[in-house]
Amino acid sequence: MRRPASSGDFLSGLALAALGTYVVVEAHGWTYMGEDGPGPGFFPTWYGSIMVLLSLALVVRSLRAPAGAPASPVRWREVGRALMTWAAFVACIALMNWIGFAVSFALLTWFLITVLARKRQRVAIPLAIAGAVLFQVVFSVLLQVNLPNGVFF
Amino acid sequence: MEMLSSLIHGFEVATTPAALGMCVLGVVLGTVIGVLPGLGPSATIAMLLPLTFKLDPAGAMIMLAGIYYGAKYGGSTTSILLNVPGENSSIVTCIDGYQMARKGRAGPALGMAAIASFIAGTFGVVALMLVAPPLAQLSLAFSSPEYFALMVMGLAMVVLLAGDSLVKALLAMLVGLWISSIGTDLFTATTRFAFGQVELLGGIEFIIVAIGVFAVGEVLGNVEPDEPPTMIPVPKGLRNLLPTREDMKRCRFAFVNGSVVGFLIGCLPGAGSTIASFISYGIEKAFSRHPEEFGHGAIEGVAAPEGSNNAETGGALVPLLTLGIPGSSTTAILLAALILWGFKPGPLFIQDQPALFWGLVASMYIGNVLLLILNLPMVAVFAQLLRVPAYVIYPLIFGVSAVGVYSESSSMFDLGLLALFGLLGYAMRKLHYPSAPLVLGLVLGAPMERALRQSLMMSQGSLSILFRPIPASLLVAAALLLLIPLIRRLNAARLQVLDREEA
Repeated sequence: MRRPASSGDFLSGLALAALGTYVVVEAHGWTYMGEDGPGPGFFPTWYGSIMVLLSLALVVRSLRAPAGAPASPVRWREVGRALMTWAAFVACIALMNWIGFAVSFALLTWFLITVLARKRQRVAIPLAIAGAVLFQVVFSVLLQVNLPNGVFF
Repeated sequence: MEMLSSLIHGFEVATTPAALGMCVLGVVLGTVIGVLPGLGPSATIAMLLPLTFKLDPAGAMIMLAGIYYGAKYGGSTTSILLNVPGENSSIVTCIDGYQMARKGRAGPALGMAAIASFIAGTFGVVALMLVAPPLAQLSLAFSSPEYFALMVMGLAMVVLLAGDSLVKALLAMLVGLWISSIGTDLFTATTRFAFGQVELLGGIEFIIVAIGVFAVGEVLGNVEPDEPPTMIPVPKGLRNLLPTREDMKRCRFAFVNGSVVGFLIGCLPGAGSTIASFISYGIEKAFSRHPEEFGHGAIEGVAAPEGSNNAETGGALVPLLTLGIPGSSTTAILLAALILWGFKPGPLFIQDQPALFWGLVASMYIGNVLLLILNLPMVAVFAQLLRVPAYVIYPLIFGVSAVGVYSESSSMFDLGLLALFGLLGYAMRKLHYPSAPLVLGLVLGAPMERALRQSLMMSQGSLSILFRPIPASLLVAAALLLLIPLIRRLNAARLQVLDREEA
């Protein structure tokens, strides 16, 4: 029997049911129908309620899935790499205000090439520097786009 | 006559050096991202949109449209040479295109893809030019109830055709509606779902969600390195790329089929170029004198879907420009672009913005010619892009995404939201939630709520206003569309019971 905890449908259904409930509860505090017609709570009440119903349907469907139902296996290594990439992107954003866009972007590029693509430093370092310089020249100098500045740029 | 003079005016707009430059840039970028698997026109247009705010809107629209239809030309190259679709709309081309390439006919397959794309793409522009103005006139009679019903119908179509699960598509659409509600309610100034954050009082910019879900989400979904597939080389010399006279004769019906089916499917919200190419392939095979060749390198199996996915562009622009209703994620981003530039796509758009509409139409004629040139003699150059490693492309996508979002608001909070929506896009991919309904729900959420509330204000809260002939028909059609899967399931269950009883 497939365990509910391993089902993406089950977990996402629960999360969306929680979101739908939050929407309905919040909307309850706003005017549903005023003198001039529907208030700010009208639309969210409806779509929030439908969201709760549909997400619960998804949860029930995942629980009722037959024991031998084919479920595509989760490739955890792939998920781990994706989450590591995302974390690197978040770190890059967090660092931008301190060290500026160019240096932060160079570090992100270096990380992706060395850690994820497992390329040598002689490939990663020149590419990281070239990428940062390219962005700085194209966006900041030529297109005069405002980029986050830090202690370096 | 009036149409002809409008078109001439359009060519005056589209042939200025700046507009021509934007057209060239758009179609080249479109071909590049079409060739590169994993990076689609939605992500590219979303990433580049914030950078167009300083540009002339006509030039910017010409460039973004060039990316949209250029990607469809480029997608076939990857399908034929690698058996990997460069774009979703080129999935069908893999079937016969790659088989042709394996049999040493990569050149005629690439040539036919470009020629069919050119013929059908041009047909799509002609049809857009002929259909859009009268439809805009017709829709002048629409008011809030009709618009509300039309948007419900559009969302129902998108939900029905997106992904395998209707429930998941509906949920994705509802999340889009929720995101569109975040911020200050314009009717009553009530703050909704702001979580106490001042930055959320103005709502979440569409572009942050689009870039996050499509660009960042796409990179996260593709980071697992795969062994690069073997590429079949492009034959040297233009002569080796041209289909034979016999090939052209065999594809006569495919050109017509692809053009007409592609345009008509394009006009329907939600169907999109992938479905258009599948349908035209099916029709081509059904009516072929030698259906047994399909799947083994039939050249009509390249011409029909490639033509169809290009004619679809013209069709998709009809509801976008005349009704303000997008039918796919890419046209939703184009709609957001038009709104951000200060335009209001809808019945008065062609009348109020003739230079923009006719300039765009004229640029599409020019763009199709440019793409034929780019995708015939220069196809070998673009094919070399398939050798660029992913680890070079992914940081560039992250960089352009971050620059695009930051350039619009100079807000680190928005960059944080970008990362958050990137994670959402990745989760949706992994859990098989389609992203098109989310994006359309987000784009249509605010106007749909506005139209509904205006309608109910007009009727003092009575739902009877939605029972006027046009909105009632559209709402019934939307309900029927959403009931189709349920009816199918009930019918399948009934047949199972009958089978068991007979046994």
